[in-house]
Amino acid sequence: MEPEDEIYENGGEQPARSKPIISGEQLDVEAYASLYKDRTKVARLLFIADHCNNEAMQLEALRMAYDEIKRGENTLLFREVVEKIGGRLGDKYGMDSAWCETVDRRAEQKKERLESELNSYRTNLIKESIRMGYNDFGDFHYAHGALGDAFKSYVRTRDYCTTSKHIISMCMNAILVSIEMGQFTHVTSYVSKAEQTPEALDQITIAKLRCAAGLAHLETKKYKLAARKFLETGPELGSHYNEVIAPQDVATYGGLCALASFDRTELKNKVIDNVNFRNFLELVPEVRELINDFYSSHYASCLEYLGNLKPNLLLDIHLHDHVETLYDQIRHKALIQYTHPFVSVDLHMMANAFKTSVAGLEKELEALITDNQIQARIDSHNKILYARHADQRNATFQRVLQTGGEFDQDVRSMLLRANLIKYDHNLRALRKL
Amino acid sequence: MGSMENLVTQIQGLSGSVEDIAHLHNILKLADEALHSESSMLSAVLDQVDPARHSLGYLYILEAFTSGPVSKEQALTLVPILARFINFCDAQQIRLAPDKFVSVCKRFKDHVLLIESPLRGVSPMRTAVRKLQTTFEHLTTLHPEFLLLCLLSKSYKIGLSVLEDDIFDIDQPRDLFLYCYYGGMICIGQKRFRKALELLHNVVTAPMNIINAIAVEAYKKYILVSLIHYGQFSTSLPKYASSAAQRNLKNFCQPYIELATTYSSGKIAELETYVQTNREKFDNDKNLGLVKQVVSSMYKHNIQRLTQTYLTLSLQDIASTVQLGSPKEAEMHVLQMIQDGEIFATINQKDGMVRFLEDPEQYKTCEMIEHIDSSIRRIMTLSRKLNAMDELMSYDPLYLTKVGRERQRFDFDDFDTVPQKFPI
Repeated sequence: MEPEDEIYENGGEQPARSKPIISGEQLDVEAYASLYKDRTKVARLLFIADHCNNEAMQLEALRMAYDEIKRGENTLLFREVVEKIGGRLGDKYGMDSAWCETVDRRAEQKKERLESELNSYRTNLIKESIRMGYNDFGDFHYAHGALGDAFKSYVRTRDYCTTSKHIISMCMNAILVSIEMGQFTHVTSYVSKAEQTPEALDQITIAKLRCAAGLAHLETKKYKLAARKFLETGPELGSHYNEVIAPQDVATYGGLCALASFDRTELKNKVIDNVNFRNFLELVPEVRELINDFYSSHYASCLEYLGNLKPNLLLDIHLHDHVETLYDQIRHKALIQYTHPFVSVDLHMMANAFKTSVAGLEKELEALITDNQIQARIDSHNKILYARHADQRNATFQRVLQTGGEFDQDVRSMLLRANLIKYDHNLRALRKL
Repeated sequence: MGSMENLVTQIQGLSGSVEDIAHLHNILKLADEALHSESSMLSAVLDQVDPARHSLGYLYILEAFTSGPVSKEQALTLVPILARFINFCDAQQIRLAPDKFVSVCKRFKDHVLLIESPLRGVSPMRTAVRKLQTTFEHLTTLHPEFLLLCLLSKSYKIGLSVLEDDIFDIDQPRDLFLYCYYGGMICIGQKRFRKALELLHNVVTAPMNIINAIAVEAYKKYILVSLIHYGQFSTSLPKYASSAAQRNLKNFCQPYIELATTYSSGKIAELETYVQTNREKFDNDKNLGLVKQVVSSMYKHNIQRLTQTYLTLSLQDIASTVQLGSPKEAEMHVLQMIQDGEIFATINQKDGMVRFLEDPEQYKTCEMIEHIDSSIRRIMTLSRKLNAMDELMSYDPLYLTKVGRERQRFDFDDFDTVPQKFPI
């Protein structure tokens, strides 16, 4: 291929890249769910059931949620799921009142036992036992879905923590519950609390904390900070934190946030050349490919990957709210990056590279130019985008004259006001005499 | 009658030197009451006095003569007499009795309005303004009267000649409010929106203890003109505006504020429906014409925005982006804007393309340099004035007592050079 052609074909069809782009047609619910465990699995499955329009997928998700809940003790959630299934999965997945009753009865007994235990510990003032008592209470509430109570119990252990290990376990529990409650301000504060403990943390805990912080930043739309946290996550994470997040998610969240918020050098240094993060990216080849495509300016295939990923990302419990914003930002970045090196750009070529129509592209560019993100003007007749180089000298003259005029006007009206005030003052002074 | 003849002789005799006139002024002050009581017989006396040489005497007699109510017929005869006096009187002499002169001129204005020909008053009133003011920076009570006559007779250009002076010295705050309000309207009439904004801004931000109707009306116009000129309006007043204005102005101008909000959405159809539904309110305020200008200015601002993003654009596309009916209409708008120097562009009628150009001003011409030079000079004068005023203020006894009193509340330790008033 001629080098010249390469520029023209930038991002277009490339014979060398015959590898088919994996389309995420259908989310494999089973494979997806197997990445997680405990409550986040249930929560994610229910989220998918609520948000997908495909009935087969919905039922599949509900069925797996049903099985998973059966293993736990949360009868409230169980009833909810049964109602959602509504008998569509046959008798096997119907209401199991007997199970509910036994679980509830057992829960009641356990609660009494825990209470009496805790009381005895408290009268004896054994710090460690009290801590354990509260911790058990937290576990108990968590298992039964009473998240608020669980959070309170876990936080109460704080007064009885004696070693930094205890503090960390308290923080981790609090973070876990807060994430599920959607209270991400708590997450941030407990992450920083955990990081401030004097003893060095082990690698897995650090990785977990990074993920939690990343999630919190993502939720508050601080994509750049979120990207940094995910990128700092160590490979030790493995599947240790799959009650919250899978390593695949780290790659997806981190990759997308980085694309949307990093500039080119940052992208290269912190994402592409990041050995740690590469391990994560290997798990989700689509994201790895699209980041590489973005960096090497193959925008069309990058955007295609993004398009294919979208339906699945919309089913992600954490990312779904941010998909549109992130996609918009990535697209804008791509457009800006594309136009940046050129003095003039043929809109047909550019539209081709972005797999869009010339008219649509014109609208997008117009918005970016109005926002002053691209310094250029569109020749709508010949469909060419010309870079606009502001004439420093003229601009300076213009600014000087404008500022001068404003100053002139300001001073004059100020003097007028001063005179008026003086008049008022004199009037009052005269009255006093 | 004898005393009147006596007075006339004194007027004729004592109009020469400065001392004589001062003496005469005292005599006239004493005779003022007598003059008023005999106002009906004064027309004969007037003929014996020359308005140019015996201006002060003439002024007193004329003031007394015109003090009563007049009918339309009387006004017709009075107007030429008053106009003649204003044109011929001696500025030095009449400035000794400014109150009398102002009231004579106000009556003149009333008479001119009574006979419904404000145009006849414009030129004499301008002379009156010039004769009464000590410097060009002096705002007299006659300024607003003059501008009102200009407005009523639609002779805006003459009004502008007075508005171009920078005024600083003010007799009465009310003069300034009216002067700026009328001045703003004259500038709007001449489409000098920048100057109009400046004047209206002065009204809105002037110090005031309670809100007044002039400020409210000025604020309404300020909103509209700001939309026409800049295409936007910020509802927050600057910090130096009086708290009365900050608190109340917006409540009085609700339809206008909403108009500005609708405008900022950039949708012409929404703006038009809003104007239609509130037509009556704007009409009652006599602002409907300006509101219509606001609507049409939206096209302008939208087209202007296009020049920032496009080098060439077809008339068809312009019409569709700025929501104009047809390419023909778009062409008319663009043409008008090119003529007014608001955009730089060329229209190619063959293929219906508009080519937007950059501002051709290169800031290299002699005129531009002269313009810059004059601006610099102006600003230097201004800053000298500012300094002088600051100095004047810093030894103003009233100011010092006030500052000294406040200073005392602080520690004695933070000593500085401002003299303090110590309790004895």
